[in-house]
Amino acid sequence: MITQGTFSQLPQFDDSDIEAQLRYAIGQGWAISIEMTDDPHPRNLFWDLWGLPMFDLTDPRAALDEIHECCEAFPRHYVKVNAFDARKGRETIALSFVVQRPPGDEPGFQLERGHGPGRTTHHALTAYSTRRPHGDRYQ
Amino acid sequence: MIDDAPADARWTAGVLSYKEMGYWRPDYEPGDTDILAAFRITPQPGVDPEEAGAAVAGESSTATWTVVWTDRLTDHARYQGKCYRVDPVPGNPEQWIAYIAYDLDLFEEGSIANMTSSIIGNVFGFKALKALRLEDLRIPVAYVKTFDGPPHGIVAEREMLNKYGRPLIGCTVKPKLGLSARNYGRVVYEGLRGGLDFTKDDENINSQPFMRWRERFLYCMEAVEQAQERTGEIKGHYMNVTGPSMEDMYERADFAKELSSNIVMMDLTVGYTAMTSMSRWARRNGVLLHLHRAGHGTYTRQKTHGVSFRVIAKWCRLLGVDHLHAGTVVGKLEGDPNMVAGYYDTLRDDVIPANLAHGIYFDQRWASMPGVMPVASGGIHAGQAHQLLHYLGEDCILQFGGGTIGHPMGIAAGATANRVAVEAIIKARNEGCDVLGDGERILRHAAKSSPELSAALDTWGSVTFDYESTDTPDVVATPS
Repeated sequence: MITQGTFSQLPQFDDSDIEAQLRYAIGQGWAISIEMTDDPHPRNLFWDLWGLPMFDLTDPRAALDEIHECCEAFPRHYVKVNAFDARKGRETIALSFVVQRPPGDEPGFQLERGHGPGRTTHHALTAYSTRRPHGDRYQ
Repeated sequence: MIDDAPADARWTAGVLSYKEMGYWRPDYEPGDTDILAAFRITPQPGVDPEEAGAAVAGESSTATWTVVWTDRLTDHARYQGKCYRVDPVPGNPEQWIAYIAYDLDLFEEGSIANMTSSIIGNVFGFKALKALRLEDLRIPVAYVKTFDGPPHGIVAEREMLNKYGRPLIGCTVKPKLGLSARNYGRVVYEGLRGGLDFTKDDENINSQPFMRWRERFLYCMEAVEQAQERTGEIKGHYMNVTGPSMEDMYERADFAKELSSNIVMMDLTVGYTAMTSMSRWARRNGVLLHLHRAGHGTYTRQKTHGVSFRVIAKWCRLLGVDHLHAGTVVGKLEGDPNMVAGYYDTLRDDVIPANLAHGIYFDQRWASMPGVMPVASGGIHAGQAHQLLHYLGEDCILQFGGGTIGHPMGIAAGATANRVAVEAIIKARNEGCDVLGDGERILRHAAKSSPELSAALDTWGSVTFDYESTDTPDVVATPS
């Protein structure tokens, strides 16, 4: 199981857990965005955006509704929630957690080892799922 | 130009007091581009504190022990350090805080070696003082801007690692000495796959007979890559490139880069110029730079003599490191909570207001220089996760060494316990819980779904290191 995200080693969040985190983020003045992917490579930094980040939210339910819509539209994707802090000195993501994983076992990654001189090994990591085309990766 | 002595007396060959030579200037208004220093002085019996302060100003700038006419070939008043204030230390009749201003022209741009040679050069051995401690420095923005600062900084590091919203979690490989490279790599792999973000070479792991650096790097990178495969997360191992010469350090760092390591480390013992060189290397190569403050306790710990760690922290932020060990409060090593708060603020914040309760003597502005990730390491465990978050905040690295490797279910389980504890405390804080007051309950609750955390709490839950701190603030904030 991939452990990307702020809360990846806790039990899967239910709606009330997600809503509590959204309330905190909104209270901090952070913008909320929803992203999804079917390429879980650790260096895949640009998941697809579900709409634009939501600025000036007051009610976490609005963001939660968007999360539900995204998960319903992409039931076999990873979905995560990001919160952006625009304050000087940070101006980056402040919180980022996975709210949906593809059903079934995650197939994981293949680690290829290429041998170089002086016993050096050059590693390449590939997600098994990405051997299939986009949209057809998780059954 | 103002001298206390009349002009003819001021320049007569012979010895004058430092005050009379112009190093005591109670009328002086520090300029925006001056470097300001706060020294704790303990004069010898019978030495007047203003004279002692003037002596420190003199010996850390232009003075020698006698009048020299060659001063008159210069605009000497500008180059003189100026002691402009001497305050008694509350509750300690032997000590004073002397405030000294230095003109910016006294210092080479971008050189910590030069700043330290001036400000802590000869003066610390000066006979008229029983003891001397540099408590704090105000580095003016004009001087800050001559330094490169951290090669990456907190924000760039988090974006590189794709990890947000919680402290990063690490572990120093133990035993620190004696493991073969293969066994050492095993510890790295287990720790990273269990949930750590980083593992770390200890300060004295360099290249000894039981494990040469090149072997260590090969096995550690195999461990890092394999852990990434198992977790789908970016991981790293701080490769200690500390070596006997710069040539050795560059060779080791280049090899770490060739193996795709995202981070290297060095020890404070290599010196300011070597650290600055490594900082430039790290910036050029896109590799994070971790600094272990090996040896600092020899001069930072005693309250009467040496250099406060907050000054070391400023020098390291200026010369540019991405990580710096800065204390745990609750672990096994020295660290008063107020002093540690001052170090963490100094490393992370952009504007730090003077706050004597935290040992901060001057306002410090960093002019948007990126922050350094403070590292908490030494005798910390999962059962303290709530206290660590309370005292240290979330932009830091928690290094659980023994608290990972000594776990009864194994190293990976120890790593999982630490990760679960930190995530549970962050979750609870965000939900509005009082994590400091309710921490034990929050952790016990999280342990119900984590046998690893449960075992960690059973093993270490009651371990504390309650010793009185040596280095504490003179001033205690009164509760409002």
